Amino acid sequence: MTALPSENETRTFAYDYAVAGCGSLRTIIGGAEALLRASGALWLAAERALIVADLHLEKGSSYAARGQMLPPYDTRETLGRLESEVAALAPATVILLGDTFHDRRSEGRLARDDAARLVALAAGRSLIWVVGNHDADGPRALPGETADEIALCGLILRHEPQPGHQPGEVSGHLHPAAKVRSPRGSVRRRCFITDAERLILPAFGAYAGGLNVRDAAFAGLFVRPPLTGALGFGRVHAVGWRSLAED
Amino acid sequence: MADAGALPADLLPPRFADWFAGRGWSPRAHQLAMVERARAGRDALLIAPTGGGKTLAGFLPSLIELAERPAPNGPTSLHTLYISPLKALAVDVERNLNAPILQMGLPITAESRTGDTGISRRQRQRVKPPEILLTTPEQLALLCAWEGARLYFENLSCVILDEIHTLHSSKRGDLLALDLARLAQFAPNMRRVGLSATVDDPEVIKAWMARHGNAPSVSPPDRSRSGPPRFAIHPQRGGNDTSPEVSPSGEEPDAIAPPLQAQRSGGGGSARSDETEGATGSDSIDLVLGPPGAEPVVDVLLSEGRVPWSGHTAQHAMAEVYETIKKAKIALIFVNTRFQAEFAFQELWKLNDDALPIALHHGSLAAEQRRKVEAAMARGELRAVVCTSTLDLGIDWGDVDLVIQLASPKGASRMVQRIGRANHRLDEPSRALFVPANRFEMLECQAAREAIAENRLDGDPPRVGALDVLAQHVMGCACSEPFDMLKLYDEVVSAGPYRNLPWEDFEQVVDFVSTGGYALKTYDRFRRIVQGQDGLWRVRNLETAQRQRMNVGAIVSPAMLAVRIATRRGQGGRKVGEIEEGMVEMLEPGETFVFAGQVWRLVAVTNMDVLVSPAPGADPKMPSWGGSKFALSTYLAKRVRQLMFDQAHWSVLPDDVREWLEAQRDRSLIPGEDEMLLETFARGHRNFMVCYPFEGRLAHTTLAMLLTRRLERMGRGPLGFVCNDYALAVWAIKPLDQVDFEELFAQDMLGDDLEAWLAESFMMKRAFKGCAIIAGLIERRFPGQQQKSGRQITFSTDLIYDTLRRHQPDHLLLRCARDDAATGLVDVARLGQMLARIKGRIRHAALEHLSPFSVPILLEIGKERSPGHTGETMILHDAEEDLIAEALQ
Repeated sequence: MTALPSENETRTFAYDYAVAGCGSLRTIIGGAEALLRASGALWLAAERALIVADLHLEKGSSYAARGQMLPPYDTRETLGRLESEVAALAPATVILLGDTFHDRRSEGRLARDDAARLVALAAGRSLIWVVGNHDADGPRALPGETADEIALCGLILRHEPQPGHQPGEVSGHLHPAAKVRSPRGSVRRRCFITDAERLILPAFGAYAGGLNVRDAAFAGLFVRPPLTGALGFGRVHAVGWRSLAED
Repeated sequence: MADAGALPADLLPPRFADWFAGRGWSPRAHQLAMVERARAGRDALLIAPTGGGKTLAGFLPSLIELAERPAPNGPTSLHTLYISPLKALAVDVERNLNAPILQMGLPITAESRTGDTGISRRQRQRVKPPEILLTTPEQLALLCAWEGARLYFENLSCVILDEIHTLHSSKRGDLLALDLARLAQFAPNMRRVGLSATVDDPEVIKAWMARHGNAPSVSPPDRSRSGPPRFAIHPQRGGNDTSPEVSPSGEEPDAIAPPLQAQRSGGGGSARSDETEGATGSDSIDLVLGPPGAEPVVDVLLSEGRVPWSGHTAQHAMAEVYETIKKAKIALIFVNTRFQAEFAFQELWKLNDDALPIALHHGSLAAEQRRKVEAAMARGELRAVVCTSTLDLGIDWGDVDLVIQLASPKGASRMVQRIGRANHRLDEPSRALFVPANRFEMLECQAAREAIAENRLDGDPPRVGALDVLAQHVMGCACSEPFDMLKLYDEVVSAGPYRNLPWEDFEQVVDFVSTGGYALKTYDRFRRIVQGQDGLWRVRNLETAQRQRMNVGAIVSPAMLAVRIATRRGQGGRKVGEIEEGMVEMLEPGETFVFAGQVWRLVAVTNMDVLVSPAPGADPKMPSWGGSKFALSTYLAKRVRQLMFDQAHWSVLPDDVREWLEAQRDRSLIPGEDEMLLETFARGHRNFMVCYPFEGRLAHTTLAMLLTRRLERMGRGPLGFVCNDYALAVWAIKPLDQVDFEELFAQDMLGDDLEAWLAESFMMKRAFKGCAIIAGLIERRFPGQQQKSGRQITFSTDLIYDTLRRHQPDHLLLRCARDDAATGLVDVARLGQMLARIKGRIRHAALEHLSPFSVPILLEIGKERSPGHTGETMILHDAEEDLIAEALQ
């Protein structure tokens, strides 16, 4: 069982959040206003920046290369979702927060039209590839800048959350998922997770699985029982720590 | 007991005749008939009740053949293969078979091989096979997928399929039929022998086990070792009273069917027409009938003459059940779910002042524990076993003299099978006791009792072979040896369930096996099977073959977690059993629950283990369960409707049930046999519609989903529904009594509405996962790894389902999933028949108050979770409300 530093804290922290249009959740991270989108993307309106983590493009073909023929449609599915968000928000900057490719050979396995869609995404805006552990070198042929981390709106955007107190950090990597429990039963969903200091984004990729936020990997990252934003059907549901179960 | 007078005296060699005589037995007519059929080189299906010496009848021809043949010069080879649906049964038959072999001093080795057989023995069996191998369908699939399978099976003379009625109508049956076709390729002279309990329609089983079409290896029929040629007319046996009923195929086969090649050319071809059968098919199998058993004596237990309104556990009657057990020698107490088993066991244990040895047996218990119970039972140390379908068939326990069915029997055939577990002696009746848990079940018990007395059984409909199973088989074939696609197609369509398989479906399956079968052709370089210069398909490499072998089988069980006793350091100690993941979700650490007949406290759930500590004496929380996993059979449902309608018949029912029916007649109405009663009334702030199709929970749930969609469109504001095996209730904001019910129940709901709902439903996702596992898209196990549980699969099949559905809705696996969901999970066919039946026959009763019939279903409201989108969103809403409440504290 994950022991949070503040599990025994009796005082309840009142999170500042509100349900915005389009089913998004509006909240404050490290003092900056953030919109948690039902797609799993983060929208920083002040900079018109759209941030998505863990696309894991070409995960299907990565398995296929090892003899497990998962449907080869994950890349186009994921890009389709990203294009919808771009069309809805017209961002000035799109930030891919690491593990954009599932493995180092993924870029080479991209279908030509999928590659063209990525090129089109970069047209007329800046596309930034924050590198992750699965794609440490960034893209070889595709457009965009490569970065280890980015400072934006007073936030620091990186792939992997750093241990300890990291106010203003926005990361991915852990693929947070919430198992929400109620008397009616339980539901497992990808989710955002934040303690108002730092934020971890859900994985955006079509085949990217989720890790339960009660897992030990999340221990020690939050200064208080965190708030999760569980991705529901067309909206984000704010779910408190005590409604969450282990797997 | 029949004697052998009618059949030639030389059928049994002296050694065998002496053995029978030495034990004071005379061979039964059907046993001799099986010997005679074998000498004639014929395939045979033996249908005989339990206790009829069925197994020996199956083996006798092989024993005689092996005993009579000259000692082989070289190493032994496999002569007879015996397939049982249960591991335990294979082991038990090994023991029972070795007794006569030893007693007669026959030079024959007979060994079992199951998943539990030790590695060294299994390895030896591959190198040096016994003459008789007793195994399961899964092990056979594995053997067929080994390199060298052809050599291993080339001298196979006979394959015996036991308890065939439990196998044929399932995916396991599909797989077995395919392997049977494979064996027939390896050993063209192989005889097929089926053993079955009494069935409604033997033709279905014959068609399943027969060789169909004209697979090339069938001709020339080389049956040199004995008897007339395979396709000759067999003379009708003389009408002696004591001779068993044998129905040889009395007709000359059709001329050779038109070559298949012609059908295949011209781009695709269509399903093979049935006219190409005939040459083989069901007619090639002789039916041998055993003597009928004594008629069973079936009683219904009424606790103090009363039957409760609702419930599924029969808790009210436990004291009487216990008293009945006390009077019996050994009782088997059947229930329909594992948790009912735990519950009943717990209840009986509380009453067990006499400290009777009562045990528990169900599929979640650790295998060792089940074996222990079985062994204690065989030694006669137990007085009763509470069990689920795990003991529906299997080991012969001579001393069981009473079978108790707690709660609904669900089907007449299942009951006959269960009742057959009592008293394995033909001339004495089996005794059974039904214990209805509620009033509708009382009707059901009465109907089942009458059906059994009339020997009217409900049959499984014939199956069309599943394509996911075929995919697994094709991969297995490639692992064994390179295959030619045309030849393999001929082989596959010689298997009963696949006899009408269109060529293009087969092509699709091969493409799926090779590259995943996607319209987007990006995986060509990753092919799992590749076509060589010689035109043959072979597996890509050894690793792929090894992975295939680790994932053989057509049984997909829900994700199971091991229940282990927590050690002092909080780690997992001794394993108590396995529990379905979903069951654990309902428990919190610290809570107590019943499992394996004991009370435990949940300590923690780690990755794969549920850690528990014993909590004797604690008042346990019982995980909730709905009804049975078995649906009420169509046939029994019909009889229940008849019984209900026929008021003269009500006198056979207990007083309170009869009064309940009379009250229903007076306050609402009793529908005609082919009518459906529909009641509307208001209660509280809700407007109810309750109808009684009697078609089983699955069909009702589907119907309720579709009705809710329609009521929504009609602006009635439906709020929820609940279903059981007999009825369904829907409630809405607005009154429902003015609805046009003929329109509401119009058959076209099975069109777009069904497809739209199905595609989104969790049932499709569940079915898809099963198909993906069987077809090999998702692997259960990797080499060098322990069995995976559902949670360990590194990607979610739901995500794959969603993606595939959007990008290639006609993919093979989506088709498979749809077929599975439509049959197994939502029962569309049955719903279709029902809608057709009630068209123009809906009897509407607009009531002021609820009716007597509606009480049981209304009592179930609130006990069930509504599945699907709505349900999930509700859970998320609950959690949000909780957060708000927390913030406002």
